Amino acid sequence: MVTGIQNIEPTAIPDSMKQWEGSLEQLRGLVSERALTGETMLLNMGPHHPSTHGVLRLLLELDGEQIVTCLPDVGYLHTGIEKSIESRTYEKAVPLTDRMDYLAPMSNNLVFALAVEKLTGLDVPERAQVIRVICAELTRINSHLVWLGTHALDMGAMSVFLYCFREREYILDMYEMLGGQRLMSSYIRPGGVWRDIPEEFLPALQRFIDYFPAKVDDYEKLLTNNPLWIDRTQGIGVIEPEEGISLGVSGPSLRASGVNWDIRKSQPYSGYEKYDFNVPLGQHGDVYDRFYVRILELRESLKIIKQAMKNIPAGPFRSTNRKFVPPPRAELGRSMEAVIHHFKLWTEGYNAPDEEVYVAIESPRGEIGCYLHGTGGNKPRRVHFKTPSFVHISALGKIAEGHMIADLVGIIGSVDIVLGDSDR
Amino acid sequence: MQIPKALDPVEAVKGKFPEAVLDVVQFRDETTLVIHPKEIVNVCRYLRDTNGLIYNFMSDISSVDYYPDYNRPGRFGVCYHLLSMLYNRRVRLKVYLPEDEPIVPTVTSVWQVANWLEREIYDMMGIIFEGHPDLRRVLLPEDWDGHPARRNAPLGYETVMFSFNSDEISKHKPFAKE
Repeated sequence: MVTGIQNIEPTAIPDSMKQWEGSLEQLRGLVSERALTGETMLLNMGPHHPSTHGVLRLLLELDGEQIVTCLPDVGYLHTGIEKSIESRTYEKAVPLTDRMDYLAPMSNNLVFALAVEKLTGLDVPERAQVIRVICAELTRINSHLVWLGTHALDMGAMSVFLYCFREREYILDMYEMLGGQRLMSSYIRPGGVWRDIPEEFLPALQRFIDYFPAKVDDYEKLLTNNPLWIDRTQGIGVIEPEEGISLGVSGPSLRASGVNWDIRKSQPYSGYEKYDFNVPLGQHGDVYDRFYVRILELRESLKIIKQAMKNIPAGPFRSTNRKFVPPPRAELGRSMEAVIHHFKLWTEGYNAPDEEVYVAIESPRGEIGCYLHGTGGNKPRRVHFKTPSFVHISALGKIAEGHMIADLVGIIGSVDIVLGDSDR
Repeated sequence: MQIPKALDPVEAVKGKFPEAVLDVVQFRDETTLVIHPKEIVNVCRYLRDTNGLIYNFMSDISSVDYYPDYNRPGRFGVCYHLLSMLYNRRVRLKVYLPEDEPIVPTVTSVWQVANWLEREIYDMMGIIFEGHPDLRRVLLPEDWDGHPARRNAPLGYETVMFSFNSDEISKHKPFAKE
């Protein structure tokens, strides 16, 4: 005999909660006609859904379990970073850029620093370039680890998540050595990097390089040939190359479709042309290929770091142009000029011409671009970040059409979105 | 496969649309073609489809506001950043829009990615893209008033509370009741 449950009276739903404020007419043209008659079901997935990787809301039109249309809705994490930068000097804007894509802070720092350098014509010393490459690649590994862990978790492989986060901890420790911060490092600044790499950094990096390849093998053992994993990922969420380009998909997600486009190779920045690495490509453009391309990228990034750390040139870690870069603390006690520069740069900052530049780099997620327009004064007129997550979410609707709702979770994971990156 | 010889985008567009190119700017190795807003869709399609140009990838659409004293053809600027993967180069198209009616035709028909990029600009800058299939706000709530990326939109901040002004500030601060 079943007891208990049937005796509970259903709580009355207040009238105010029964009605939806909007009307279906608002959705005419966005969803199919069948949704308006009630033949298909409209369902909100998110904004608080564990596998939407942040606060993403998807309005799904479902025919049974099949997705007819998928309308992504973003903006829950909008913090107005672009607008806030307009009221800050160029140097003080760097910490804000960390907060966009919180899994790849160094990439954001780098694209902003490159844009400021291009706008002002600031030089970057050779040593800083190499440190930047190491940081950018560490960030790529860091971001791919979080992606791999959460993506596998979404698909039901719990243990990968724990392993990935264990390895990520080493990278966060190295971030802390560099910038004093585990996540929001603000380490890459216009003109170079904030400070020289500390003594303990290179040994720690070497330990990580020795330790990490075996761990990537472990991930592969868990997933690459796992029949359950293959069943759930192969042939799902295919992006055709032409469509991917039209939809603006970039980075590993586009390379999984077989488009050989990597900004590190084709339009090298920060001295990437000096390193020998491969650009992994996929064939089918499905969820599995996007997974495998990123796994291969982990190994390629490691290869770049190995080459970079072997020959870090001696010299300054930041430009010595004192009109743009504040002098080191030690100089303040000795030189009046240094005090003046220090004071001027931390209060007023430096001026940039009333012109515009666009810089794009390869972030772990794809092409991240920074459009920077100066005013001739010390604050920018307009900063606009073209972020890969924003574009990938816009493409999500097209990719997910016709798939089962259970596959949607895999598709969201495979294009690798970060909502902070998307909403800025 | 024979790859056609690369053409100079400035000469090509000037030859095809002599009226549409208003200005050409070079800054730090970046080429900017200032285009008449009416012709932007045709120019985009021409740049994408012509042999020797093939700007197949739309990197970004950005907007800029020259408020308050602009010595430019219009208050607003919209920049289209195109990329040619084949010839490995970029070009920027720019249109200037007047303050009273910032309207420009949409390029959604050329690249699908323009859909959300234009929605973002509509949301933030209040520029209207004519013929856009789904011009709604994307980042801000639907009932938001104004367009925050405009230079005359206030930044908004809270006054710092000290003991001498705390009563004054508390008076018009919305606290949770009870």
